[in-house]
Amino acid sequence: MTTPRRRRMWLLGLVLIGVVVSVGLALRAFEENMLYFFSPSQVVAGEAPTERAFRLGGLVLEDSVAREQGSLTVEFVVTDNVHSVPVQYTGALPDLFQEGKGVVTLGRFDANGDFIAEQVLAKHDENYMPPEVAAALDRAAQAERGAGPR
Amino acid sequence: MIPEFGQFALVLALTLSLIQAALPLAGAHYGRSDWMALARPAAAGQFVFVTFAFAILAYAFFTDDFSVRFVAANSHSQLPVAYKFTAIWGGHEGSMLFWLLMLALWTFAVAWGSASQPLELSSRVLGVLGIVSAGILSFTLFTSNPFDRLQPAPFDGNDLNPLLQDPGMLMHPPTLYPGYVGMSVPFAFAVAALLSGRMDKEWARWMRPWTVAAWIFLTVGITLGSWWAYYELGWGGWWFWDAVENASFMPWLMATALIHSLAVTERRGIFKSWTVLLAISAFSLSLLGTFLTRSGVLISVHAFASDPARGAFILMLIALFSGGAFVLYAWRARLMVAEGGFKLLSREAFLLSNNILLVVATGAILLGTLYPLFLRNLDLGEISVGRPYFDFVFSMLMLPLAWLLGVGMHAAWKKVPAEALRRRLMWPAAIAVAFGVTLPWLLFGRASVLTMVGVVTGFWVVASALLDPLARLKRGAKGVGLTRGHWGMVLAHLGVGFFIVGATVTTAYNVETDRAVSPGDRWETAGFEIVFRGTRPVEGPNYVADEGEFELYRGGELLTVLHPQRRQYRVQTAPMTEAGIHASMHRDIFVALGDPLGGGAWAVRVRVKPFIRFVWLGTLVMAFGGLLAATDRRYRQRAKAPAAGLVPASSAREA
Repeated sequence: MTTPRRRRMWLLGLVLIGVVVSVGLALRAFEENMLYFFSPSQVVAGEAPTERAFRLGGLVLEDSVAREQGSLTVEFVVTDNVHSVPVQYTGALPDLFQEGKGVVTLGRFDANGDFIAEQVLAKHDENYMPPEVAAALDRAAQAERGAGPR
Repeated sequence: MIPEFGQFALVLALTLSLIQAALPLAGAHYGRSDWMALARPAAAGQFVFVTFAFAILAYAFFTDDFSVRFVAANSHSQLPVAYKFTAIWGGHEGSMLFWLLMLALWTFAVAWGSASQPLELSSRVLGVLGIVSAGILSFTLFTSNPFDRLQPAPFDGNDLNPLLQDPGMLMHPPTLYPGYVGMSVPFAFAVAALLSGRMDKEWARWMRPWTVAAWIFLTVGITLGSWWAYYELGWGGWWFWDAVENASFMPWLMATALIHSLAVTERRGIFKSWTVLLAISAFSLSLLGTFLTRSGVLISVHAFASDPARGAFILMLIALFSGGAFVLYAWRARLMVAEGGFKLLSREAFLLSNNILLVVATGAILLGTLYPLFLRNLDLGEISVGRPYFDFVFSMLMLPLAWLLGVGMHAAWKKVPAEALRRRLMWPAAIAVAFGVTLPWLLFGRASVLTMVGVVTGFWVVASALLDPLARLKRGAKGVGLTRGHWGMVLAHLGVGFFIVGATVTTAYNVETDRAVSPGDRWETAGFEIVFRGTRPVEGPNYVADEGEFELYRGGELLTVLHPQRRQYRVQTAPMTEAGIHASMHRDIFVALGDPLGGGAWAVRVRVKPFIRFVWLGTLVMAFGGLLAATDRRYRQRAKAPAAGLVPASSAREA
């Protein structure tokens, strides 16, 4: 009499354990793959993580893009008009990457404290300004005004 | 004056949609057949007026009427004629009109196809569609009028975004939109059932082909979008877990769950309340997708306009449609009575696990898509969720789904002995393992455990799907033929198998290199020799370009010459990449020009993508399976047998 019922309980238990384990794994993957965004001002203030990848965004500083001759390594400076952070990247740049335009990079600091980008994003529209970049520019401008003479 | 006719037509359509929403529903409630009879003519009238408005907008594009703001913003006198037409859905206002046109088309089709249905049910379905139509029409007229004028009219237009000047624009939106919008039909059926309390197998059988039809469009639309992004945007990737992609993929997952749940409801009269919930959720996610792409919370190639007023309006519509439906569900759910039970080992149980896995996958994608938006809008910080999260969670859920799918296809309704399944599936399983483990080694000389698991899973689904047709072949002409619906299932699942093999192989063995090259350079990548011959300027109808010449050799023999371009359009000057692709069934070679490095040197992207065509072949085969299933004889017969709707559900049990 009890065998089918007990078997059903067992199965139910197994399914429950499976669900709990997979939800746990999923949430861990979620946590591990959350990429935080930092503006140049925050990076200069030391708020950005040193051993974890993060996203750095702002404007590409005018006249800052320098290519090594005959290689794909490029250096440029990301700025929020107050502070600036130099970025190194090896690879083809996206179509809409331009000096003076918004950009978001994904990367991390290497042992020498240089920011090495794995990905450079600048997409879709010539007037495109990533919302996080726009917000970062606003904040930096406000902070500077606030820090000035009153 | 002509554009105002378009606007006027939309106002008339709105009036008709209000009639279609109010009177048939009231008529069904009070049993007034004269009110219910208004549903069909109102739907037909709406279709006529929305089509007319669409034609007027098309006319404004063809005649370069830049006094219409929308035309000025999205067209240009030099734009090739085909793109003047596609520019209609190349911006926000026009794409809403296109949405409406699709809705009017679906409504008209339902009205026309329901001639043999009980008047009460069809009136309710059309009434709900009328409510949806009234909502979207008001949204279009009050926040996004495509016929708004510009004073004074500019001399020329702002041009269509160069990214959208591509044949993909002619194919991707016109297949995706009907899919998106088509989810309103099962939604209407679900709400109609909640209103009437009548949720039987007849109802499910009527709803099923419509749901599959919308699913087919969604499948093809997403496939074409993926293919387009691959050659235009993606530098060789085929899926990015971009928020906009997710916005179309979540309704697809829900719709997939829904058609499986409907199979159970139609055959066995159970899972009713689950079916209703899925139908409501699928449409809600379609609306959410519209909200995400149209409110400006997302920035992407799909997000045309950022206007908070529009976002608020769409949120209100979502609250009204979905919220209303869910409240109705809570109130009426007790009316849904299961007409039978099933054992733990039965087709029902397998389909239930299919549904659970698909819904959980949708939830996981929803979390990854909405959480960053949530934080941003509450000013709690800027995060994004990296693709490893989506890749990991999705494959973790889809692998078991595929394993169960191979078994479930051969499980009988109600109850199946484990021994029978084991005997039937031993050989497919053995074949899948043998092929899946050896093929990657034979073809690529290396394979990780995960790759082998993926390929084995793909072959498992393929082998299991082929079992029935093979058995049929062995029986010869004597045996009973498979129904069209059965063939549909076999093909759709075959497509799943192809997709899994393609996605696994192309992810595991793709080779991606970026390189700085000068004219005359010769280098080797993934067994191919590539020679860069330099670039030359070329001119298109509305752009200039640098066109590169790359010779591809394999074993010293010339395979092909690729001509990727880097274009600069005259009006919107952003540079655009046109990749050169050597496509074949088992492998693509993809070459794109990056940025010029000076002195004739270029940054170049080279991608070698084995089996990538199987990804799209797989989903297209799925869609073809859906087409067979939706046109099965038992759905076609209904038009000829008007009395069928009157047969009590109990006597049609074994249908």
